[in-house]
Amino acid sequence: MSAAFVPVDALSGPRSLRLLSAGGWSFYAIAAVTLFVILPVSHLAVPSDSALHLSDYWVTLIGKIMCYAIVALAMDLIWGYTGILSLGHGLFFALGGYAMGMYLMRSIGRDGVYQSDLPDFMVFLDWKKYPWYWSLTDHFWYAALLVVLVPGLLALAFGFFAFRSRIKGVYFSIITQALTYAAMLLFFRNDTGFGGNNGFTDFKRILGFPITAPTTRMALFAITGAALLGFLLLARWIVTSKLGRVLTAIRDAETRVMFSGYNPVYFKLFIWTVSAMICGIAGALYVPQVGIINPSEMSPANSIEIAIWTAVGGRGTLIGPVLGAAAVNLGKSWLTKAFPEYWLFALGLLFIMVTLFLPRGLAALWTARRKWT
Amino acid sequence: MSFFALSARALAIMALTCFAASATAAIDPQTVRDLAFGGSDDKIKAIGALAASGDPDALPLLQALLDGEVQTLGTDQVLRVNGAGAEAPAVDLITGKALRELPESRDDIVINNRVRKTLGTAIAALKLSTPDKSVRLAAARELQNGADEDTLPAITNALVNESDPEVKDLLTLTRAAIQLESKDKATRLAAIRALAESSNPRTKTLLLGVLERKGDSFAEPDPELRAEAQKSLRAVEGRLATGELIGRVFSGVSLGSILLLAALGLAITYGLMGVINMAHGELIMVGAYATYVVQNLFRQYAPGAFDLYLLCAVPVAFAAAGGVGMALERSVIRFLYGRPLETLLATWGISLILMQSVRTIFGAANVQVENPSWMSGGIAAVTGVVLPWNRIVIIGFAALVLLLMWLLLSRTRLGLFVRAVTQNRAMASCTGVPTRRVDTLAFGLGSGIAGLAGCALSQIGNVGPDLGQSYIVDSFMVVVLGGVGQLAGTVYAALGLGIVNKFLEAWSGAVLAKIAVLVFIIFFIQKRPQGLFALKGRMAET
Repeated sequence: MSAAFVPVDALSGPRSLRLLSAGGWSFYAIAAVTLFVILPVSHLAVPSDSALHLSDYWVTLIGKIMCYAIVALAMDLIWGYTGILSLGHGLFFALGGYAMGMYLMRSIGRDGVYQSDLPDFMVFLDWKKYPWYWSLTDHFWYAALLVVLVPGLLALAFGFFAFRSRIKGVYFSIITQALTYAAMLLFFRNDTGFGGNNGFTDFKRILGFPITAPTTRMALFAITGAALLGFLLLARWIVTSKLGRVLTAIRDAETRVMFSGYNPVYFKLFIWTVSAMICGIAGALYVPQVGIINPSEMSPANSIEIAIWTAVGGRGTLIGPVLGAAAVNLGKSWLTKAFPEYWLFALGLLFIMVTLFLPRGLAALWTARRKWT
Repeated sequence: MSFFALSARALAIMALTCFAASATAAIDPQTVRDLAFGGSDDKIKAIGALAASGDPDALPLLQALLDGEVQTLGTDQVLRVNGAGAEAPAVDLITGKALRELPESRDDIVINNRVRKTLGTAIAALKLSTPDKSVRLAAARELQNGADEDTLPAITNALVNESDPEVKDLLTLTRAAIQLESKDKATRLAAIRALAESSNPRTKTLLLGVLERKGDSFAEPDPELRAEAQKSLRAVEGRLATGELIGRVFSGVSLGSILLLAALGLAITYGLMGVINMAHGELIMVGAYATYVVQNLFRQYAPGAFDLYLLCAVPVAFAAAGGVGMALERSVIRFLYGRPLETLLATWGISLILMQSVRTIFGAANVQVENPSWMSGGIAAVTGVVLPWNRIVIIGFAALVLLLMWLLLSRTRLGLFVRAVTQNRAMASCTGVPTRRVDTLAFGLGSGIAGLAGCALSQIGNVGPDLGQSYIVDSFMVVVLGGVGQLAGTVYAALGLGIVNKFLEAWSGAVLAKIAVLVFIIFFIQKRPQGLFALKGRMAET
């Protein structure tokens, strides 16, 4: 698994500008203009019968794909750059989503079916008050903190034990898969206090704005876009730093890194935790746009699908995961509508074909044509 | 009445009915008249007499009475009405003659609630002496919900002759329950003492009922009896605990044997060959569906030999899953040797394709796989604990597969080659071992064993496209816990996980138990990253 990387010294200029090449920055500017100007205008200002109008369907789909792209990017940091395949990233994504979902559930207020202060599922279970872990979640800032803290702390604790005892490779993948599987079972229980099978849904408002209003949706869309672009820069900054070089070295020859006097545990732990927190934020952005979060997001199948987005796009490149998440999910939303029974065949074939014939992903096709890093 | 007297009487009646085919005159005419024309008290007495007689004709008569099929004609004729279309529309119950025409002016026999209740218990008591076990069981259940002291002789009678433990258990309980209500202190005491011998969980409820407090007084006024009940309760609880323990260990071993079957194949493909096969669960599913297909073929073409289908399904399941496995190895997996993470993803893709193919061919719903008759039922180890045959067979089957696999790996040429390639591929190749072919065969073997697991699983659970998914995480846990490349480790890990899981389940519920086991494994790996049985010596890190 060796991906080409361009030495940092090859790029010149002050550190902040050096992050991307001139071509990279212009691409970046185009993306920003598209996300923040063109698409919002075409959704909100252009009349709906015009050909240039962006329909609700596409707003939701692109918003969703951008969330997935953030997750794929997080996966790329840990897998593509550090060589650790996590099959549990769906868990961090879902935890972030649940943390945001708790706030959204509480801001429903008394507008639920049972017109109670408690969410409907708690009324249904005949609970009289919120369990302790729901306290303060009616404050947005606290929920936002949870979005980052819960996945972060879980990843920190889990990673600390796992990396310390040098669990790596396939072992690590399988244990992370078991972790998300266990969490899924836990969240499926009604007694866990997160709505059981049904999870959270029927949100009404976020920060006082009605959640289904076009302007609110567009705002969420733009925030997601900003997050994606921001995380791309952050990831770029991490992988081009000295730290990033060590991470790549761990991927390629971990024992040699140890012999050179580095302790890989803390490097791995750092990138693993960062990756989990990014996933949590993606989940928090996903939930208000899609309007539902339930334990099936934690199923092992979902987590492994994240890996395939990254693999399709190209590991060890930053644009790759974004491309991969977009390509796979566009294909999925088209196929599941047009030929529902063939989607799993297509996905299965994709797994096989990519690993056999395109190990460096779509981005490799791009770089083969032009050196874009 | 002793068994011999009863059967002698039955023989006599059989002879009689043979002699006069359409006659039903075996019942005393006076009893029939009492039933038809007597007052409620007469009827109840007559019903009691019939119930106590053990006469085989009494049951149809009482049943007909309850169903309103016994009617009177005038003041001296009693008819059993079979309906206008029947061969004999009605039978005169006193003379035993069949009537060709259905007379017009028939009268219904009045049955009030008191009579109806007696009738119900009497029918149940009579049913208790039928040779058909399921009828007796149903009758015993019925008695449990509404028997009074009148049925006591019938129950006692039935108990003497009853051989089936399940029915006997129910009857003993019912009898004790009736006796506990008795006004006679000695009877109650005897009942409480008798209950101490039982190991039925419901005994406990019964005894607790005796000890219950009702306001200021106890349900049982006599302190001596209460003390006796305490004693009996302790005895029953002790026996129940033993039974429960046996039951739990058994279900633990049973789960362990299933995990073992699921993980043994993985122990070869992952443990020995280092191929991480996420499609392993789907190979199990292929085996289960192969069993289903064989079952259907037998049902269609050889229904007489249906009980033997499983014996035929075992090699078919092995061959089907093994064949799929070898095809996979040849077409995909061999190109990914040495790249475990890529293998993981590719085989996941394979698993999706296999699952969807099965969905396309057999439909998304679960299919029915029936146990052959010799696998249904069970043996009662302790009363109250029944060990089902299908699980016992699977435990034996797992042991057999394990033995065969061990023999194959340690005593055959193929086994030698597999071990050689595992230990040092280059050196094995140099000495002329066809490593490529050994890879394919070993992978096929591991997959075939997955197929056997599927065949076994089809006998105890649902067979559906998602079958494999529910076992893949568990079987990987077994292999990881047991240590890679170790058959013994796999065995201990499977049985250990099975038993621990079942004990935790009883204590905290199924889901929490599963989570606890997963967390335990994660922590266990911290301490012993190489599993329970690590290979000794310095292994180079690869």
